[in-house]
Amino acid sequence: MKIFRSIGEHAAEIAGAVRECMAILGETTVEFLLVPFNPRRFRVRDFMLAFERASFDALPVMSGVGFLLGVILAFQSAAALRTFGVESFVANLLSIALFRELGPLVAAILLAGRSGSAFAAEIGAMKVDEEIDALVTMGLRPVRFLAMPRIAAAMVAMPAVTIFVELAGLVGGAIVLKMMRVPGAVYWAGVISAADVFSIVLGLAKAVVFGALVALVGCTAGMRTRSTADGVGVAATSAVVGGIVAIALADGIIAVICNFWGV
Amino acid sequence: MEGSAIIKLEHVKAGYGDTVVLDDVSFEVARGEIFILLGGSGCGKTTVMKHMIGLNPVLGGSLTIDGMEWTDDNRAELCRRIGVMFQSGALFGSMTCLENILLPLEEFSGLKAAARREKAMALLSSVELADAAGKMPSEISGGMRKRVAIARAMALDPDVVFLDEPGAGLDPITASSLDELVLRLRREKGTTFVIVTHELASVFKTGDRAAMFDRARRAMVAIGPPAELAKRVDDDFIRRFFSRGG
Repeated sequence: MKIFRSIGEHAAEIAGAVRECMAILGETTVEFLLVPFNPRRFRVRDFMLAFERASFDALPVMSGVGFLLGVILAFQSAAALRTFGVESFVANLLSIALFRELGPLVAAILLAGRSGSAFAAEIGAMKVDEEIDALVTMGLRPVRFLAMPRIAAAMVAMPAVTIFVELAGLVGGAIVLKMMRVPGAVYWAGVISAADVFSIVLGLAKAVVFGALVALVGCTAGMRTRSTADGVGVAATSAVVGGIVAIALADGIIAVICNFWGV
Repeated sequence: MEGSAIIKLEHVKAGYGDTVVLDDVSFEVARGEIFILLGGSGCGKTTVMKHMIGLNPVLGGSLTIDGMEWTDDNRAELCRRIGVMFQSGALFGSMTCLENILLPLEEFSGLKAAARREKAMALLSSVELADAAGKMPSEISGGMRKRVAIARAMALDPDVVFLDEPGAGLDPITASSLDELVLRLRREKGTTFVIVTHELASVFKTGDRAAMFDRARRAMVAIGPPAELAKRVDDDFIRRFFSRGG
């Protein structure tokens, strides 16, 4: 019976988190809609701070992982394509894979690990330290102060860092193909010919959605932090896990929609 | 209006979720009074304060501040009329001390930027921390953080200020200076204070009246001026509490 109880408790916990996520999403959406009528509602300084951390501070690791992704993809695919004597098509494969799928996906997973956990830890520490209670007793909405600037920052930062992941991946692929004696001009021509505008725009749109999800899950995990010794750690962990699950779900849904529309 | 009740609790059932911490709590706090919520650790005094500041709804009974209950319609109005200093100070770590005090002024005061800054500096001066204006909360001591938190709680000239364990974690001299600050602010501005504490030195120094809670009985067991409560010999818990220094 213990196992059923445990499953039930976990299910209730997940349902509670999803419900709170939806509530924060709704409240954040309303706050965004109110900003044009009263721009002071938007906390520019908090947004800039979160943006800097999610973008500029993340660029080295994003570029590094993107580069290695390109190298690995190029090596693995070249090995298979060489059998047919068409290793130059690695460029096309890299271009499509990075722009359409892997660029935003990898950037989002890294964002979940870096910023999603950081958002949860920051907000969690504020909750433990009663700062969120202080906001509430002042009559201020925590979502406006804590979630909105972070979600906006992640949504703006993600397309930018995704472009860096994609470019770094292409550079990694170029170096591998250079080692395989594929001329650079041939490689870059393959990259450009395979990169259609729709794929690039779809990838960047995905990046915006993934950024919003990572930040939303991170902020929700922070708001749900318990005042226990391991509360902030648990919140940070659930932000990363929840963020990655949300990204995978969203990516799957987008893939099904694209397939349905035949794009 | 001084002397009339600003806070009224009638048969309040205090707790959270399904857990009842205190049952049938009734008392009134008069305007301009320094009222102490007194009792040992875990007796429910902070729980009662959280009901009073609108963080948790009461589980039963009625709680009003100036005749208003904590409903969605009244929340904004009531939040303007109270100030709260939490146990840790709860200053926002990403803001300087001055910015912490400016925040409620920016959001609600309707004052121009220069006037807001002038008022915030005056509040910092009133807690003798004008020189800490540009410092981050992490750069000042625990006692100073609590002083800044009191200044922030006073920013909108509230009717009632709630202080949660103001002396906790402070040395006796710093804790005593906070008591003097509370007495001075009451004298100068006529503010009502509700203070959660179990430190008897502070209770005797500042409290006009105290409500005393007992965890074992899950009840409010006494109310009155601290000096009178200390003389009670009819209740074993009260006698032991005062004889052992809280």
